[in-house]
Amino acid sequence: MAEPKPIANEIAASVTGPDDLVQVENLRKHFPVQSGFLASLLNRGHIPAVKAVDGVSFTIRKGEVFGLAGESGSGKSTVGRLILGLLEPTEGRVVFDGTDLGSLSPETMRRLRSRMQVIFQDPLASLNPRMTIGEAISHPVRIHITNQPDEVRRVVIEILNKVGLAPAEQFYDKYPHQISGGQRQRVVIARALVTAPDLVVADEPIAMADVSVRALLLDLMMRLKEELNLTYLFITHDLATAKYVCDRIAIMYLGKMCEVGPLADVYEYSCHPYTRALLEAVPVPDPRHRRKEPMPAGEIPSAINPPPGCHFHPRCPIARENCSVEEPALRELRPGHFVACHYAEELLK
Amino acid sequence: MPADILYSVRNLTVEYKTRAGVVRAVDNVSLDIRRGEILGLVGESGCGKSTLGKALMRLHTGPASIAGGELWFDGRDLMKLSEREMPDVRGAEIGMVFQDPMTSLNPVQRILDHLTETIQTHEPEISDAAARARSEELVERLGIRRERLNEYPHQMSGGMRQRVMISLALALRAKLVIADEPTTSLDVIVEAKFLDLLKELQKEFGLTILLITHNIGVVAEVADRVAVMYAAKMAEVGDVNEVFADPKHPYTQGLLKSVPNIRLEEAELYKMEGAPPNLLHPPAGCRFNPRCPFVMEVCRTQEPAFAPVVGDHYASCLLYQEAGMKQERLHG
Ligand SMILES: Nc1ncnc2c1ncn2[C@@H]1O[C@H](COP(=O)(O)OP(=O)(O)OP(=O)(O)O)[C@@H](O)[C@H]1O
Ligand SMILES: Nc1ncnc2c1ncn2[C@@H]1O[C@H](COP(=O)(O)OP(=O)(O)OP(=O)(O)O)[C@@H](O)[C@H]1O
Ligand SMILES: [Mg+2]
Ligand SMILES: [Mg+2]
Repeated sequence: MAEPKPIANEIAASVTGPDDLVQVENLRKHFPVQSGFLASLLNRGHIPAVKAVDGVSFTIRKGEVFGLAGESGSGKSTVGRLILGLLEPTEGRVVFDGTDLGSLSPETMRRLRSRMQVIFQDPLASLNPRMTIGEAISHPVRIHITNQPDEVRRVVIEILNKVGLAPAEQFYDKYPHQISGGQRQRVVIARALVTAPDLVVADEPIAMADVSVRALLLDLMMRLKEELNLTYLFITHDLATAKYVCDRIAIMYLGKMCEVGPLADVYEYSCHPYTRALLEAVPVPDPRHRRKEPMPAGEIPSAINPPPGCHFHPRCPIARENCSVEEPALRELRPGHFVACHYAEELLK
Repeated sequence: MPADILYSVRNLTVEYKTRAGVVRAVDNVSLDIRRGEILGLVGESGCGKSTLGKALMRLHTGPASIAGGELWFDGRDLMKLSEREMPDVRGAEIGMVFQDPMTSLNPVQRILDHLTETIQTHEPEISDAAARARSEELVERLGIRRERLNEYPHQMSGGMRQRVMISLALALRAKLVIADEPTTSLDVIVEAKFLDLLKELQKEFGLTILLITHNIGVVAEVADRVAVMYAAKMAEVGDVNEVFADPKHPYTQGLLKSVPNIRLEEAELYKMEGAPPNLLHPPAGCRFNPRCPFVMEVCRTQEPAFAPVVGDHYASCLLYQEAGMKQERLHG
């Protein structure tokens, strides 16, 4: 068995350099579970917690699209919210462009926040139905750029044109319900990008859009990334979409990272059994395609009592005895490609 | 009706009366479902897939009504049955699996009780023990340990609930199962396993399945034939291999090229311009004409027929029809 390499390598997955925009170090977020008086008595005061994020380290480099993938409940959105400073970590830290978010005064945090924006999956839920599109986008402009009415309008019109909502003057006074779902998502994109942030956390940004509209939205996001020099944290459960946009990708399972590296390398030489299964499970729009490997047994266990050792071991086709005891550390198997599996070499053909 | 057809929908129109006007969500649609096949019904949000699926069981509530058409199921026109006769068809002869099975399961009833009671509703003569035995056997066959039948729906995972719904359809010996986005809320690994299960059940029980989904990959994986809807109309129907290899309708062509494919080297997706129309005011002529890269003058005024292009590969597109061909010749 490969010796689980010491912590040095774990940090290596998050080596710091001048090109880094975000460093995430040993990040944890545990949510206490609501439980009744009786339950807490039974647990002798020990309050059970959902280990939504449980020791995650990585870096996001300036100008890249960093993908965060994994099944529902694996902790992707929680990582996103921790990076945005919307949640306090239980442990670990987030460093944004050299500044530790944990050390900031509320005032500095507010200013820093203008450099980070978020795009959520549901445009209807993230837009106020009683606010026109122009008003919705003006809001961040007034907070972060200028209060001068003419100037605000000019900036908003410009971004509306950029996201393809033209003629912009017409869209300016419309309400969310008067435009299509795809157009609404463009508004959400416009609102996130109007302050020219450094980092955009895109949490399933196209999941609700129509199939034929998705490609347009992705294209738009990628064009604006070049134009405005953005960096994306692209959260998705769709590995097929990730393939078209991400430079690097991290795969999460039950609050931990099981594999991270350059996208092409991870897809071609995936060496974590879970990544393998995920890649194999993606439906392929070609009737001639057949899945080759059987799917792992069972479903994701609860994040309150995750299995000991490697979280994936109860479903893993190559698990051995020590997998239920020893937690595998992330180690570098190929250049820049890290994996947390005791037997990863076996999957590396 | 040919013997190999289990369900034949003829010129079905379904309307919703809304304050803004009448939405025709299914507009003069004809479709055959063959015995023992998995027919995939795809199309974008709001094109009428669920409305069509519900109409097959005459399951309409609120503002919806069937404005016309025939529903020939296994030899009889369901439109001619009285409302009293429908429950025997619904749920028994035609089983249902929805995106969120929580809505069709009773939250305060144990799964086992739900299964046995439903069986007894449709087969009053069956004993408790026999109904229970049948439930347990099927559920186990679908990979759920029988002890888990004593649980309530919320204690099960999404994938398990879907399997319970399918086992119910099997327990009632349904001839047709209509599954509306059954895997949409499932994770890919669970989805893959559920799709494998559907294929096994098709083989083992000769089950006929109408699989409604917006996921093109899912259709490619399990369907024998595929039906593509666009803006309340049927755009194309054919063998899944044929339609994917040689799509006839320009909408299908664009749709297939805009779907991400993890196995392809291609760096870019095709970008289809525009968006589906509002069904309150659909465009005249062919509904796809405002987005169609091959649009002809005639497409803006004349509605295409839904007609065979080659063999039983159907498409509603004037490119393959007399009116369109005439125009092509005129313009070189
Ligand atoms: N505010 C909260 N309070 C309690 N538990 C939470 C909270 N937010 C998230 N969780 C739990 O943390 C775990 C991770 O959730 P998270 O939303 O980060 O997952 P995700 O990977 O984004 O999933 P999805 O793909 O479904 O969006 C889940 O078990 C979730 O139920
Ligand atoms: N209860 C209702 N009242 C009014 N209009 C409705 C109602 N239900 C559906 N519609 C309209 O009918 C059309 C078809 O809806 P339907 O739900 O059948 O589409 P769908 O193809 O199943 O979409 P999705 O992929 O989002 O499930 C839509 O344009 C919708 O707005
Ligand atoms: Mg999430
Ligand atoms: Mg639907």
